[in-house]
Amino acid sequence: MGLASFGDSAALLWSGMQLSLLLVLIGSAGGLAGGLLLAIARLSRFRLLSVPAMAYVTVMRSVPLILVLFWFYFMAPLVTGHPVGALYSALTAFVLFESAFYCEIIRAGIGAVAAGQGMAAAATGMRRWQALRLVILPQAFAASVPLLVNQVIILFQDTSLVYVVALRDFLTAASVVAGRDDRPVEVYTFVAVVYLVICLVGSLLAGRGRSPEFR
Amino acid sequence: MNYTWDWGVLVSAPYGDWLFTGAGWTLAVTLVAWTIAVLLGSLVGCLRSAGSLALRLPATVYVELFRNVPPLVQLFLWFFVFPEVLPTEMGMWVKRDLPLPEFSTAALAIGLFASSRVAEQVRAGIATVRARLLPAALATGLRPWQAYRLVLLPVAFRTIMAPLTSEFLVTFKMSSIGLTIGVMEVSAQAQQIANYTFHGFEAYAAATVFYLGVGLLITLLMSRLDARLRHGVGVRG
Repeated sequence: MGLASFGDSAALLWSGMQLSLLLVLIGSAGGLAGGLLLAIARLSRFRLLSVPAMAYVTVMRSVPLILVLFWFYFMAPLVTGHPVGALYSALTAFVLFESAFYCEIIRAGIGAVAAGQGMAAAATGMRRWQALRLVILPQAFAASVPLLVNQVIILFQDTSLVYVVALRDFLTAASVVAGRDDRPVEVYTFVAVVYLVICLVGSLLAGRGRSPEFR
Repeated sequence: MNYTWDWGVLVSAPYGDWLFTGAGWTLAVTLVAWTIAVLLGSLVGCLRSAGSLALRLPATVYVELFRNVPPLVQLFLWFFVFPEVLPTEMGMWVKRDLPLPEFSTAALAIGLFASSRVAEQVRAGIATVRARLLPAALATGLRPWQAYRLVLLPVAFRTIMAPLTSEFLVTFKMSSIGLTIGVMEVSAQAQQIANYTFHGFEAYAAATVFYLGVGLLITLLMSRLDARLRHGVGVRG
C-alpha cells in the first residue's frame, strides 16, 4: 500500500468514524427525549396513552435493528413523497428504535425511586406532574446513569449495522478500503481494535458494571 | 402515500417459500449460536467467579474482547480475516470446504458474541448462590469443578432464567446480521421480496410479525417455566 493510498484510506475511515459518531449523537439525544416521553406515557393513568406506548416499545424491542433500518429506508420516501436518502432514514430509525430502549431504562429508574418519595411529594402539595418532574425524574436519572451510558455504547456498536443500507459509517468505509486495497486482514483488525478501545473506555466510564447487579 | 396493497404476494410462489425458508434459517442460526453461547458462556462464567486470578483473568479478557467489538465487525473478522491468518492449508479448507460457509460462520460469530453475555449472567447467578452452596458442596467431598458443575451451575441457572431469556431473544434478533455475508434468513428474504415485487410493506410486515410472534411465545413459555421452577424447588433469588 503506497503512502498516497494510505492517506486516502485514512481520510475515508475518518469520515466514516464521523458519520458513526453523528449517528450516536443524534440517536442517543433523540432516543433519550423520545424515551422520556414514552416512559411518561407508559406510566400514565390514561390507557389511551399507556397502551399504545407499551405496544410501541414491545414491537421495537422485538425486532432486529436491521429490519427497522430496512423499514425506514423503504417507508421514508413513501411517507414524505420524495427521495429521502439513507442518512435521514437511518437517523429516524435510530432515534425511534433507541427511544424504546431508553424508555425501559428510564422506567426502571423510576421504579427504583422509593414509593415514599411520590407520596411525600404529594403530601407537600405537589401535583402528580410536579412530583414527577421535580422529585422522581431527577432521582430516576441519577439511578440509571450507568445503564444510560451502557446504552450509548451499545448504540455505538449498533451504528455499524447501517452497512445494510450502504451508508458509509466507520465499518462500511473500512469495507470499502479493505476491498479496494485488498487488505482485509489489516483493515478489519484495525477497525476491531478501534471499536474495542472506544467501547472499553466507555464501559470503564460507565463504572465497570453493566447493570446494577454486577456492581 | 401512494401505495398499492397486495397481501397476496406473501403467499404467492415463490415469495411464500422464501419467507418460510428464511424463517427456518433464522431459527437455525439462533439455535446453533445459542448452543455455543450456553456451553462456552457457562464455562467462562464459572472461570469468572473462580478464586484464582490465573483462571479469572483469561475469562475476563475473553468477556471484554467479545462484548466490546460490534457483532458485525466480529462476523467480518471470522468471515474475511480468520481464513487468511490460519496456516495456508487450513485457510484453504475453511475457504473451500467448510460446509455451509455463510451459515457456519454466522452461527459461530453470533454464538461467541452471545457467549460473553451469557458468561456475565452465569457469573451473576453463581455470585448469588456461591457463598451458601460452595462450602456445603465441598464439605460433601466434591472437587471444586464438580461442585460448580453439579451444584452451583444448576442452581445459578434457575436464578438467571429471566435475563437468559432476554439474552436468547438478543441472539434471535442478532441472527439477522448473517444477511451481510449472505445467509438468507428472514430479514434478507423480506428485503429480497421488497426488491423483486415493490411490496416492501407486506414483506417487512411479515418478517416483523415473525420476530414479534417468536419473541412473545418464548417470553410466555419461559415465564411459565420460571414460575414453575421457583415454585417447585423453592429457589430464592
